[in-house]
Amino acid sequence: MMIITHNGHIIAIRYIYVFQFFNSSEIKLSESARQLVNKPLKSVQRQNNPYKDEKVIDSCSIFGMMDQNKKLFAGNDIIEASASMNQRANGLGSGYAVYGLYPKYWNNYAFHIMYDDKEALDWGSKFIESNFDIIFDEEIPMDIHGIHKHVPIMRRYFTNIDLDNLDEIKEDEYLVNKCLEMNTSGKGAYVFSSGKNMGVFKGVGWPQEIAKIFRLDEYKGYLWLSHSRFPTNSRAWWGGAHPFAHLESTVVHNGEISSYGTNRRFLEMKGYRCTFQTDTEIFALALDYLQRKHQLPVEIIAKIFAPPLWKDIEKMSESERNLLRRLRITYDKLLMNGPFSIIFANHGLMVGLADRLKLRPIIAARRKDMLLLSSEEAAIIKILPDIDDVHHPKGGEPVIARCHEGFAS
Amino acid sequence: MLRSRRLPEYNVRIDTDTCTVCKACVIQCTFDVFSYMKIENKISIDESKCVDCHRCMIYCPDKSISITPTPIQYRPNASWNKESIHNIMKQAESGGILLTSMGCDKPNYNYFDRLLINASQVTNPSIDPIREPMEVKTYLGRKPDKLTISDNNGDSIIETSESPQLLLETPIMFSAMSLGSVNINVQESLAMAAASSGTYQNIGEGGLHPRLKKYAKNLIVQVASGRYGVHKKYLDTGAAVEIKIGQGAKPGIGGHLPGEKITKEISEARRIPAGTDAISPAPQHDIYSIEDLSQLIHAIKEATEYSKPVIVKIAAVHNSAAIASGIARSGADIIAIDGMRASTGAAPLVMRDNVGIPIEMAIASVDTRLNQEGIRDKISIIAGGGIRSSSDAFKIIALGADACYISTVALIAMGCTVCQKCHTGKCPWGLTTMNPSISIRINPKMESKRVANLVRAWTLEIKDMLGGMGINSIESLRGNRHQLRGVGLSEQEMEILGVRPAGI
Repeated sequence: MMIITHNGHIIAIRYIYVFQFFNSSEIKLSESARQLVNKPLKSVQRQNNPYKDEKVIDSCSIFGMMDQNKKLFAGNDIIEASASMNQRANGLGSGYAVYGLYPKYWNNYAFHIMYDDKEALDWGSKFIESNFDIIFDEEIPMDIHGIHKHVPIMRRYFTNIDLDNLDEIKEDEYLVNKCLEMNTSGKGAYVFSSGKNMGVFKGVGWPQEIAKIFRLDEYKGYLWLSHSRFPTNSRAWWGGAHPFAHLESTVVHNGEISSYGTNRRFLEMKGYRCTFQTDTEIFALALDYLQRKHQLPVEIIAKIFAPPLWKDIEKMSESERNLLRRLRITYDKLLMNGPFSIIFANHGLMVGLADRLKLRPIIAARRKDMLLLSSEEAAIIKILPDIDDVHHPKGGEPVIARCHEGFAS
Repeated sequence: MLRSRRLPEYNVRIDTDTCTVCKACVIQCTFDVFSYMKIENKISIDESKCVDCHRCMIYCPDKSISITPTPIQYRPNASWNKESIHNIMKQAESGGILLTSMGCDKPNYNYFDRLLINASQVTNPSIDPIREPMEVKTYLGRKPDKLTISDNNGDSIIETSESPQLLLETPIMFSAMSLGSVNINVQESLAMAAASSGTYQNIGEGGLHPRLKKYAKNLIVQVASGRYGVHKKYLDTGAAVEIKIGQGAKPGIGGHLPGEKITKEISEARRIPAGTDAISPAPQHDIYSIEDLSQLIHAIKEATEYSKPVIVKIAAVHNSAAIASGIARSGADIIAIDGMRASTGAAPLVMRDNVGIPIEMAIASVDTRLNQEGIRDKISIIAGGGIRSSSDAFKIIALGADACYISTVALIAMGCTVCQKCHTGKCPWGLTTMNPSISIRINPKMESKRVANLVRAWTLEIKDMLGGMGINSIESLRGNRHQLRGVGLSEQEMEILGVRPAGI
């Protein structure tokens, strides 16, 4: 299918993966999804973790930039910044998340879906059609001229959910269920982003290569995240690249979580499924659990992922001490132990955080209304040599960037 | 009793060239192996009484004594070894149940030695506990599903109420040893060590000795089937109350304190006649089912005004997982599980060596079940019975426990050589005897130092292992079975333990 996008370009489709997740206690699954979740996601695991390691390990560079006034800007800068950190990656996976991407369809769920083959495409398109009202769909425009590797079929769909048919199941949960159902189908169709007015583009390649394939220079957004990957134990698979999206939040991550076993066990107890066996997925699921289900603010979530040391907690004022003590005791199994730096984003929000020993880098900078987060300061200076302010956050100290109030997305 | 036909198990020899006949051995041996012959001015030896405790060897100033297993053996036979022959002879002589003590001494029930620990290389750095912070602080108690936090002028206020918690500076606690199974000097040594190490001593079923009252902050009091010494003041004293349903060394039967150990002091603490066997009922007679347990838990909580956690201790048995799930729903804050290699002051040999399951399997299956049911946070788990080293403690936490109980380890720190004669009341090291002239061998000030040293050393080793795998806080080890690998285990055993084989 060919469709004209908001900026007048004809777009082809590509593929996606979506990461899975469901909560047996809180989300009502359809019977078919319920059967599926009891089976291993063989196709996803086989592609993402072919050697059946306990988890996929990778190292990376991460970068994020956000305009606090929600002014839209092109991706040229972030592509250049990301490409300048190529020594942190090995060309086996890069990706971008863009917010404010589809102003024309700002109130529609924008599915980015990757398909293994034509058969999967037919199945997936029918699936979307039968579960959502499609306002518009098209191939994601791609420039694969001179690319000599397999590129999955990518397609995007702008949809509504017909709430009348929904028996009080909330839209979010309906959406999560349907993505889960699709990704567990074993048909070779993977949803990799499904939020409104945002989208993820990712695949196997260097950051500049992925940007070229997806023609990212043609898009504008007010918040961009990028990621470039150095997987050590997985063969390249398009779905395995970052960012990982869940509803409208996205995560890019650098590091390896030594507490993976504990974190995963906890999240599985809470009904989530860890399909991709990556640390990043753990972050995305933990964020969903804390942010959406427990309604905790990001300041608090940062203190759960990377809490202060007990000896520092003891020195705090009584109310602060009590808060942090209770957080550590209650959410002990979501402490992310081991080296990490992450940037996670949602509409109007971008947060950077490094582990409490700061074993992975993260730098924050500002120029006027532009807020930047990066693995390396050099990458920021490369694109914005005259930054106003640079901050080197301590381990466990979150950098929280919010858009000014009063600007509609 | 009929005359014994058993051969002595040990040869005891004194080197007459070096022996100065100082009579230290005569004084030290509580089993009367040595006696002084005045006319000959020499020591006579009755080696049939020797229990191989090494007290005489250690205290012989001239190092003249040697003890070796007797070289005389029965004809080799895989079925009829010395132990089985002797056990039959003993029962033919006495007509009674064979009584023993300490933990199961048979091989094959150990899984710790078949589990290996991971370490970081390249992709994540190991952390050096000498130079970086390493946290082992542990809170035990019920955790809420969710914290509701409201904002009050910039201050975050937690609206969710908190269940009582036990704070441990290190995840190692002292398991229940009652006054009667050990004497007050041992209990006081442990209490002092618990206080200085920031952990807890469980005083077991046998009442609270007045000398322990000043360590109340670090004591866990027990309510067991005998209900010895239980009253409101007693419950109020401890930091937590433990309901003992079962004991790993003898699941299915009650406590057993032989009459030899019921001295005047013990008879007063337990309110029973001196010299009579104190055999607690097998079940608690007000707990015949889970709803009864729930009632007792709530009765204790009412009595203590919901100010302290209630622990329920069970022996590791075949359906521990289902039982633990019931206990988690019954209102208990902590469950203590005691594996089959756990020690005891006295137990029938047949129970000690044949009943129950290893703690590794019990913890793995309980943690898995509670996770599957989504209620793991409702309860903390203490694992006991068979933990011998910091690596055992470490592995049991990785399998899913929050903390561990040790007791044999603490006794060994105070001199015990695991001769398995606790039930005789003659412990030559002064640990499990109630005889004041022998128990004086334990000086709480000195012995508490050894126990505290041991806890400190284990804590350091736990920190080293944590740092090695790139973790700097103990909570990230709990249930982290990815950090363990199995060797020499069947596929099914690995599945239950939730570990992969070494190499993949």
